[in-house]
Amino acid sequence: MSNILVFAETRGGELRRVAFEAVTAGRAAAAETGGAVHVVVAGAAGTAALAPRLAAHGADVVLVIEHAAFAHYNPEVLAATLAARARSGYRAVFLSASAQGKDLAPRVAAALGVPLASDVTEFAIGAATMTAKHPGYTGKIVQNFSLAAQPAVVSLRPGAVLPREVGGAGAVEAQAPAIDPASARVRVTDTVVGGGTKLDLGDAPVVVSGGRGLKEAANFSLVEDLAAAFGNAAVGATRAVTDDGWRPHSDQIGQTGRLISPDLYIACGISGAIQHLAGMRTSKTIVAINKDKEAPIFKVADYGIVGDLFEILPALTAAVREVRRGQ
Amino acid sequence: MGRPPPGNPPNASLFRLRTGDRFLSVKIAVCIKRVPDMDARFKVTQSGGAVDETGLKFDISDFDGYAVEAALRIKEKDGSGEVVVISLGPDVVQETLRKAISMGADRAVQLKHDGPIYDPFAIASALATELRAGAYDLVLFGRMSIDTANQAVGPIVAELLGWPCITSISKLDFDDGVVKTRRELEGAYELVECGLPAVLTIDEGIARPRYPSLKGIMSAKKKPLETRVGEPGTQRLTLTSMELPAERSAGRIIGEGKDAVPELIRLLTEEAKVL
Repeated sequence: MSNILVFAETRGGELRRVAFEAVTAGRAAAAETGGAVHVVVAGAAGTAALAPRLAAHGADVVLVIEHAAFAHYNPEVLAATLAARARSGYRAVFLSASAQGKDLAPRVAAALGVPLASDVTEFAIGAATMTAKHPGYTGKIVQNFSLAAQPAVVSLRPGAVLPREVGGAGAVEAQAPAIDPASARVRVTDTVVGGGTKLDLGDAPVVVSGGRGLKEAANFSLVEDLAAAFGNAAVGATRAVTDDGWRPHSDQIGQTGRLISPDLYIACGISGAIQHLAGMRTSKTIVAINKDKEAPIFKVADYGIVGDLFEILPALTAAVREVRRGQ
Repeated sequence: MGRPPPGNPPNASLFRLRTGDRFLSVKIAVCIKRVPDMDARFKVTQSGGAVDETGLKFDISDFDGYAVEAALRIKEKDGSGEVVVISLGPDVVQETLRKAISMGADRAVQLKHDGPIYDPFAIASALATELRAGAYDLVLFGRMSIDTANQAVGPIVAELLGWPCITSISKLDFDDGVVKTRRELEGAYELVECGLPAVLTIDEGIARPRYPSLKGIMSAKKKPLETRVGEPGTQRLTLTSMELPAERSAGRIIGEGKDAVPELIRLLTEEAKVL
């Protein structure tokens, strides 16, 4: 009972960054328990080709489920298969607290009748119990949990673990679905990725976000230009802006939107309402640009610039472009 | 930074619920939670085991309001059905249930339980007992409670009931007895469907919750609110303590206007090493 089971998330047949985060977390847990890391990955035919990258991040065994029923996310068959596998003797099951992971983790925990720790930022695995930290109350209170039963199911906050390659080889085994895929009652008929090749907010090392200070939807081009200058940036927005339809709902950073921890977060014309701070305060470096020097965003910003963003953003975009050109 | 005024946008056809030419009459349960206003400065009790509720204001959890709105629209559009709101907690949750009734729910059930429960499985167990007895067609939840933010109770209830479940729904339609939804992902969405009965968790895209009308508030007093004992069962997840997060080091303003840009570039390159 020292082995760790990990679910590696894919979208459109590709592994997501959160998959490597979960494998890295599983590796760290296995180092404590002295067990092995078994990683489940599911998809249509050809999914086995993803195994080497999972092994490189520390999977001792990659369990590949290849079936036409996994061309899209298939929550019921996945939950049943993960639960069946977990029953064969694992200390813990790790998933990401992504949109998919938050849908899947409670189903797995309920099927097993074991505790679930959701959206965990830190965990420790001891001889008999496991402890987990979960930020709640819009990030204002951290809850510490202890999970006694085994296996414990844990979903990890995206960005909380830095994926690390350890250079393993790893065995590959085929895993059959635990229930007939045709029996699934919940059917995903299509997955639509917005904006073509755009970097997802959760995957982007840099996020440039805009708020009401941009005055109108069209001015978001200033934010987009800055993101484009970085080359590895995604564009986010505040709830006020997505509520007004300036940006799609899926771009919202905050307690009721995305919770992200990029390496660099640039807040443009964002006052820093609590609900917004809850979504980005764990970013490694925060830059704020706002005309009001009393704005709460400056309290959390590592580097703040007070002034007119309509002047500052083009200057910053040009400067970043210059730096990137030299790299 | 006010939010746009409430009101029902003209997308009510999203909630058409019909099978062929026959309108369905649906019995809908909405599970709601009373939560503190998140703008507060929270304190942890001396024992470290709970949030100090002194001076906090409470209301229905944001997403649960959206779930109540979705349920009301389903009923208003086509159904001659019933909307029942359910909440697990001490007697103060009656206030939250009354609010949902004044929005238009037909009746309410309090599953009485004093003291906080942090294990989603335990909460789901108490709700599932009530829901099983209620013969519902649909059970709605908010996508997550805004305080503990686990996003887990809805899918666990579905598992306990043995029903299909779709989470984080931003669009909802019914076609020949099939629930058709749009589910939000990070930078993407899925189209997901299932049959009835089902558990659905509602995201905020769907329809802004209405404010209770004066008529609603007046008639709410006459609508039934039953109280039963809530039975959460064994908690599998133990809250050992609560703490305030480590403060970020105090913010630093490095300059004003576009003249500060070169200094920012220097700091991002040399100090933060993120450029």
